[in-house]
Amino acid sequence: MARTLNIQGASDPGVAPHPASAPELHTALVDAPSIPLVALDQLWFQVAGTVCNLRCSHCFISCSPENHSFWFLTREQVAAALAESVGIGVKEYYFTGGEPFMNHEMLGILEDTLRLGPATVLTNATLLPERTVGSLASMARRSSYSLELRVSIDGTTAEMNDAVRGEGAFDRAVEGVGRLVAAGFLPIITAMQTWKDHETPEVLEAFRGLLADVGYHQARIKILPPLRIGAEASRSRGYSDTERITSEMMTGFDADLLLCSRARLVTAQGVWVCPILLDSPTAKVGDSLAEAITSRARLSEQACYTCYVSGAICSNMPGYAQDHS
Amino acid sequence: MSLGSREGVPTYRRVAAFGGVYSNHLALAAAIADARSRDVDQIICLGDLGAFGPHPDKAAAILRADGIPVVRGNYDDSIARGLDDCQCGYTDARDNRYARLSYQYTYSNTSAEHRQWMGGFPSEIRFRLGDLDVLACHGSPRQTNEFLWESTTPEHFLAKIGRDYDADVILGTHTGIHWQRRWGDLAARQLEPSTEVERSGAYVNVGALGRPANDGRTDVWYALLEASGRDLAVDFVPVSYDHALLADEMRAESLPEEFVETILTGWWTTCLEILPGKERARGRL
Repeated sequence: MARTLNIQGASDPGVAPHPASAPELHTALVDAPSIPLVALDQLWFQVAGTVCNLRCSHCFISCSPENHSFWFLTREQVAAALAESVGIGVKEYYFTGGEPFMNHEMLGILEDTLRLGPATVLTNATLLPERTVGSLASMARRSSYSLELRVSIDGTTAEMNDAVRGEGAFDRAVEGVGRLVAAGFLPIITAMQTWKDHETPEVLEAFRGLLADVGYHQARIKILPPLRIGAEASRSRGYSDTERITSEMMTGFDADLLLCSRARLVTAQGVWVCPILLDSPTAKVGDSLAEAITSRARLSEQACYTCYVSGAICSNMPGYAQDHS
Repeated sequence: MSLGSREGVPTYRRVAAFGGVYSNHLALAAAIADARSRDVDQIICLGDLGAFGPHPDKAAAILRADGIPVVRGNYDDSIARGLDDCQCGYTDARDNRYARLSYQYTYSNTSAEHRQWMGGFPSEIRFRLGDLDVLACHGSPRQTNEFLWESTTPEHFLAKIGRDYDADVILGTHTGIHWQRRWGDLAARQLEPSTEVERSGAYVNVGALGRPANDGRTDVWYALLEASGRDLAVDFVPVSYDHALLADEMRAESLPEEFVETILTGWWTTCLEILPGKERARGRL
């Protein structure tokens, strides 16, 4: 199959991709490659389902206060998966939603997790009053393992951020970051790139200034590419027909770059292949963790293309890309 | 000697292990002298001879003259094979910029003879320490450049690696900060009986000789390991050396001033973005 894919251009917002003809598209869908789970290093929890206090216009799974497609995981459900993960040898635990702190059992869930290993929470930091931050700091001090708070802020001004995250979100998130820093955390600030590549240094500098203003001088900032599904597909654009992974693209490609080679996601409705594909029924890989770890990940979704181009962006530190030995 | 294969592996009582030499020939010489004074049966290097420091051939010459076995690090692999980068595994643009500078300097100042020598390093060395099976590697047994930090590496993960690779003790160096964790006591944590770990063991990051441990001290570190039966004792040993002379040599070679600052202050100024929260918070930057 001779096809040319504009990988560089397609990752760049604003560059029009090449359209594919209908027969080509059909072939691509049938031809979708799959990869095995090499090791379950990252266990993700959809701990708040699709429930969020915000309704961001770029959310790849369209979370909101009214989106109850996936409900909260209970502390008991998480504890059962944690116990199972010990025998499997999981390395890191990640918690996402929705907004994880919408789950009223979140502090208990983190207590349980930090007894076993490192935990990362992906949060909008708008639900972090002093008392919650104090509890988080206390459990982080007691644990041998890192508790990472990854805070989404999508711009360096209220105008820029609130355009996608909603009015008032910026001020509340920045205040939340300030409280986390004062309590000893070094939150990882994540921002989805809505600007041109050449503007990144300027944006990073503005972020450092903003964070320094709330006492954060060792700022950790992570820029993420947009995932063109869910609400984001309407906000900017969806994927083009050619933006998908084919078997020939996997030739010579290091599949360890893809999150699904080392991760699975536990939800209230079973286990999914990765946190991005929650809305895709084909991404469910089992009712239990035991079933899910024997499953292969089918790279048929277009969001897989972003992972292919940009690496496992969901990880704190994708560390499997550069070993050729 | 049969280092590098499981058949007829040697048995030792006390060994010194270090890694992350990063061309710091002054610290390397000091560490070897210190280890020899402590009556060790064997000294082992866990790789990454180059990077960061000056005159990479000097450290290589010391290791060769002393006949110290070396495990292949990602840096050694890159230099030996003439790859485009050091395979350090950084994900941040600033970290990668410094890594490139360092790699270009090291590659162009490593002799062809030393490159060929590095090409022969094994990916792991196995030996017995008392009654314990030890696997010495660079990052992890499954991946040369895997980052195993103290705050992000659970006991049960290490237990699995120990089972998978049939080792009681795993030695690594890649992250450059010394730490250790034992496994095998998870049953006390009210987990399901089926999750109990059957075999106990230890992972030891032996530290790095090339640069300080981001602790505000100019010393660098190596590890002394001793076993009686299955009882393992691990001592992390600080090494003082003429760090001011090293800084002078680095400046004379026009290496980045940020690297020199680390040698003179004991605080990391680069490669910071790869640190987990707990380790990053212990540093100054």
